[in-house]
Amino acid sequence: MARVLVGVKRVIDYAVKVRVKPEKNGVVTQGVKHSMNPFDEIAVEEAVKLKEKKLATEVIAVSVGPTQSQEVIRTALAMGADRGVHVEVSAAEYELLQPLHVSKILAKLALDEKADLVILGKQAIDDDANQTAQMTAAVLDWPQGTFCNKIEKTDAGLTIVREVDGGLETIKTKTPAVLSADLRLNTPRYATLPNIMKAKKKPLKKVTPKDLGVDTTPRIEIVSVEDPPVRQAGAAVADVDALVAKLKAGGHV
Amino acid sequence: MHRGILASKEVFPYPDVLTLEQKETVDSMLDPFQRFFTEVNNAGRNDENSVVDDNTLKNLWELGGMGIQVPSEYGGLGMNNTQYARLCQIVGAHDLGLGIVLGAHQSIGFKGIMLYGTPEQKEKYLPKVASETVYAAFALTEPSSGSDANSIRSRAVKSADGKHYVLNGSKIWISNGGWAEVMTVFAQTEQLDKKTGQMKDKVTAFIVERAFGGVTSGQPEKKMGIKASNTAEVYFDNVKIPIENVLGKEGEGFKVAVNILNSGRFGMGATLSGTMKKCIEIATEHANNRVQFGQKIKTFGTIQEKLARMNILQYATESMAFMIAQNMDSGSQDYHLETAISKIYASECAWQVCDEAIQILGGMGFMRETGLERIMRDLRIFRIFEGTNEVLRLFVALSGVQYAGNHLKELQRAFKNPAANLGFIFKEASRRATSTIGLGGTDLSANVVPELQESAKKTAACIDLFGKTTEEVIMKYNKNIINEQIILNHLANAAIEIYAMMATLSRSTRSVQLNLPTAQHELNLTKALAIQGSERATLHLRKATSGQLKSENTLTSLISEKVCEENGVHSTDVIGLN
Repeated sequence: MARVLVGVKRVIDYAVKVRVKPEKNGVVTQGVKHSMNPFDEIAVEEAVKLKEKKLATEVIAVSVGPTQSQEVIRTALAMGADRGVHVEVSAAEYELLQPLHVSKILAKLALDEKADLVILGKQAIDDDANQTAQMTAAVLDWPQGTFCNKIEKTDAGLTIVREVDGGLETIKTKTPAVLSADLRLNTPRYATLPNIMKAKKKPLKKVTPKDLGVDTTPRIEIVSVEDPPVRQAGAAVADVDALVAKLKAGGHV
Repeated sequence: MHRGILASKEVFPYPDVLTLEQKETVDSMLDPFQRFFTEVNNAGRNDENSVVDDNTLKNLWELGGMGIQVPSEYGGLGMNNTQYARLCQIVGAHDLGLGIVLGAHQSIGFKGIMLYGTPEQKEKYLPKVASETVYAAFALTEPSSGSDANSIRSRAVKSADGKHYVLNGSKIWISNGGWAEVMTVFAQTEQLDKKTGQMKDKVTAFIVERAFGGVTSGQPEKKMGIKASNTAEVYFDNVKIPIENVLGKEGEGFKVAVNILNSGRFGMGATLSGTMKKCIEIATEHANNRVQFGQKIKTFGTIQEKLARMNILQYATESMAFMIAQNMDSGSQDYHLETAISKIYASECAWQVCDEAIQILGGMGFMRETGLERIMRDLRIFRIFEGTNEVLRLFVALSGVQYAGNHLKELQRAFKNPAANLGFIFKEASRRATSTIGLGGTDLSANVVPELQESAKKTAACIDLFGKTTEEVIMKYNKNIINEQIILNHLANAAIEIYAMMATLSRSTRSVQLNLPTAQHELNLTKALAIQGSERATLHLRKATSGQLKSENTLTSLISEKVCEENGVHSTDVIGLN
């Protein structure tokens, strides 16, 4: 294989306590620490590993989003990706951008860049959609290997161990293919500081969805964003009978 | 009053020197740097083993942590002082011992090559020490020469053909001394005194490679803290140093040493502000959860007072450190006084903060697993090394005039032999004191937001009192002020408090103007410091001129003379036994 396309999304850092905006139309992002979606870090690590094993010749990191998305492309470049593509979408437009839009963008880029493999995180920790990899494969009409636990090159293509409910599933697929990284695929490296400096010199191309011929007209409307309900305080019951009575009264049994 | 403190263009407004790109660069480094400290390094293990394991060091080198400020053309990261300081905060929060390995290497070990190296010396050494796992060390201290650095006995003699020096002598307590391959070494050399035409001993700085031969080092010292760092004696036995390895000019080694230390000192404030942050986190976590007498202990005034004070001191230390680092980056040459103040303040505040954190945790704080006892042991050295706080206090009190470029030389000469030159220094001080500010009338109101007017007034009043007090003691003691270290200490303490208040006034004003979400809290910290700091400063200044001081000092001398004479306390057994 030759070329790997990796998707990297800029999300609110996992350690941040997310707050809903008073207007209830989204969450507070201003002044909040952002970083690369952790599953995307795993995807980048896997791509870089493929390159180190000489199974890939080039790793291209792609991010779709506003200007700040370039930060995570730089991180991917510092981790070992060769070049970046930033698909710029305005902040306002980005709020309503859906996995379908992103998959069309990624699919187009995969073809344009002549990628043999697209590796994405299985889901982003902000919207938890878990759709982009599957949809990208569908748009491209390529085979897909989702929730990867292990990826190995075999003569005919790839042998993939997938994380499924209750265990692991091993499948074989041909390339080109779309893969999505699960948590245990690898432990992503951290970028060393000299590599961060070097990454500044790596090429980063900027395009718009329009350049790629992808229509990003919103298909949804955000009606309201709410905080999760606060857990109600519990109460102690005297004995089992009282418990059962309460459960019955509450309609639970 | 010190010009340094009154250099209001360097205090107000609070500097913001990094470009957006520089900010982004250092921002992108914080995560990996942090991850190294949490995922690879283990401070507790380093402390237990009194050594950093090879894998951690290998990772540290790969991370780029050993050449942070070396220009990129020599294989370093090319960070400026502010960026370096921000990374230092992470070091301070996690492992001060490893911090010494890092700092002894780049903050002083090869800093001389960065500051004074010829293009050839830079070409030859910087790539090695920045990224090729060659450790550097700074070798100044000797058994008989600690604070009085000019009295070193190591000696280098120039060969007849003038092509090399032969170095003999020994150095003690050299950080990284056991493994450093490249060292900045200071030794006496005979130099022609142009004025008298006679040969005179003068210190020269050298770049010495262990590979030159004749360089050996002793066993690692067993220390109270910063155990992860290697501290060893280094011996030089007829070490042949090529003449091209003289660092700076021959005979100007003292200046080289002082400037290396001065230019590295700013990092300590930043590092320790990170340490304090960590201590405060540990303490607040406990205060938020610990229940005694049926209440969370955070509701008790005693605990609240501690936590508030800890936060105030951290804020002031951090504000100072980054004010200085940023001013250095914007080209200030006049930061020696400020870095000395920052070093004293940071090392003493960090000690207090850690101590109070332990107190808040009670018995838990005393246990090793909490991590605070290690921090406390690690912190102790910071009041001693890189210029003891006592010497720096005298420097702060005496160096108010060390600013104008043309005065620098005379002053440096004067500082080499302070006892003989104090008359000169203080004549200058008094002249400048009267000419720069005169009596009273300091007004900081234009520099701060309305919310801080009251605090600015308090600070200004301290500045005026400082000026007045300085003049008074100069008039009173004249030349003999040299013998009045206690008064000088009071002056220094007041100067330090004033500088802390100024730094926080400046920073919080900026926070308000930028409408930062933390602005209100920063205002509270600043206001509280203005109250507490001005009280302390005023007390020090009052003491400096108090009528009681003389009798107190007489008693102090009598007591300490007796204690020394008796080699300990002098009183009859309290219950009359023999």
